[in-house]
Amino acid sequence: MKQEILTPKLKMLSLLVVLVVVALWAVLFSKGFFPASSFPSPVQVVKGFGEEARSGRLFDDTVASLFRVSTGFGLAVFLGIPLGLWLGLKLSARAAFLPAVNFFRSLSPLAWIPFAILWFGIGDTPAIFLIFMTSFFPLVLATASAVASIPTVHFRVAQDYGFHGLEFLTQVTLPAIMPQVITGLRVTAGLSWVVVVAAEMIAGRDGLGFLIWDARNQLRPDLLVAGMIVIGVIGVVLDRLLVQLTLIPSVRWGYDK
Amino acid sequence: MAGISICGVSKKFTGRNDAVQALENATLEIADGEFVVLVGPSGCGKSTLLNIVAGLDVADTGQVYEGNKPVKEPGRSRSVVFQDGALFPWLTAQKNVEFGLKQMGLNRKERAERAAHYLQLVHLTKFRESFLHELSGGMRQRVAIARALAMEPEVLLMDEPFSALDAQTREDLYVSLQEVWERTRKTILFVTHNVREAVVLADKVVLMGIRPGRIQTVFPIRLARPRHAEDVDVAKVAHQISMGLKESLALTRNEEYDEGWQPEGSGLLRPADSVLGDNI
Ligand SMILES: Nc1ncnc2c1ncn2[C@@H]1O[C@H](COP(=O)(O)OP(=O)(O)O)[C@@H](O)[C@H]1O
Ligand SMILES: [Mg+2]
Repeated sequence: MKQEILTPKLKMLSLLVVLVVVALWAVLFSKGFFPASSFPSPVQVVKGFGEEARSGRLFDDTVASLFRVSTGFGLAVFLGIPLGLWLGLKLSARAAFLPAVNFFRSLSPLAWIPFAILWFGIGDTPAIFLIFMTSFFPLVLATASAVASIPTVHFRVAQDYGFHGLEFLTQVTLPAIMPQVITGLRVTAGLSWVVVVAAEMIAGRDGLGFLIWDARNQLRPDLLVAGMIVIGVIGVVLDRLLVQLTLIPSVRWGYDK
Repeated sequence: MAGISICGVSKKFTGRNDAVQALENATLEIADGEFVVLVGPSGCGKSTLLNIVAGLDVADTGQVYEGNKPVKEPGRSRSVVFQDGALFPWLTAQKNVEFGLKQMGLNRKERAERAAHYLQLVHLTKFRESFLHELSGGMRQRVAIARALAMEPEVLLMDEPFSALDAQTREDLYVSLQEVWERTRKTILFVTHNVREAVVLADKVVLMGIRPGRIQTVFPIRLARPRHAEDVDVAKVAHQISMGLKESLALTRNEEYDEGWQPEGSGLLRPADSVLGDNI
């Protein structure tokens, strides 16, 4: 195996790329390739960001979006993982439900936006609903397939050592599926953050998605870009946080091959 | 302490459109402290028999006794070492060995001490805190053996525990296992499809035939220990047994067998009726 080490020097390269992108952006702005009404300068964006931060709106919108994502995602985890466990353990349940789960997994969650508004109006609920629809089905599938692929010999071992009933679940099934479930959580959390922006653009009165949509309506491209940057940064931070789960010693086996 | 009696055990697996008679009227005595190796081609019912002895499977007819107690379910006095270890990758070597001890009512400290002791017995003290993906195949099998031994069973049941390993690692484990057996004098029922492995390890080699699985011949092996796969006498006896097996299993393809199976210098053959290895 080749050992590749990310030295601090190499990490600095990413900063360099950011600087180059910002420089190109500044050049594009100063040459006037786009009308100023639809293309802000980096300086304007920084000012706009400061304005939104001071007014407290940026903070409120961030909290609103994070609240929706955590609620919808949390619901999907608490319902999806048990359902996935059941499907994984019972062949007949799999036969009955897997085609439907696969269908909804393949259906873009954005296709639910019209119903989300019809049923839940505007505000938190439609966004939470959409995030739930985004995360629930992939989590069910990830859990079910993880359970179904546990080697049967693991259960034989537990049986041989005198374990019974619920102990199979806590001693074998749950630890065995953790790596795949964590991967599922990472993927669906990322998707949820993508979807909340779309949901708030259409069915919101606040939130980061609404913030950028509102900025467009007010012809404030500086606020629009500031909002985009915040959305992107939070997405990266969420993913970095979930990556921490993959570093737990008892799940490393699922990732180092 | 007690031996194992397998009395007329039959087992049929019924699939959707077919049924496999995995075992038919298998009968075998294993004395207390004896090392018995069951050899036969894959699919002949070795694992099925071992699982029934373990109590993990139930025979259709016949009965297995441990001493004079009928075996009905998995018991603390019998412990299985499965093929490729079946260790839990989410636990360290130490925690794998402790796994079964939780059910024995030992407290945390007692569990840790006992696991450490058995890991030392298989020379893995340094790797106690390692996870499986950090261990070699041979080390993993040693952890599996330690896990089974830590239950302090009277009978050790081993289902092709070394078949996924390379020859050198296997040779090391032959030495370790013989050493463990000499020290603990457990009753061992060991399953393999490798005749030479059987001769290296066994007091008694038991041949099983292809379907329907039944026990065919029993060869006592009286070679001095410790034995090694490359010993001339081991090779001779293995060859002898292979020839006998080949005749009775003319239908079975050669490639199902590992080394030790091919005829090599038939001049070394002894009369078929001699007790193998008796004169050593
Ligand atoms: N759970 C099962 N269901 C159906 N058939 C089985 C089952 N277990 C084993 N068999 C069949 O029984 C026969 C003996 O299997 P096994 O005991 O695993 O053989 P071996 O361990 O000697 O390779 C094989 O033909 C196998 O396909
Ligand atoms: Mg087998």
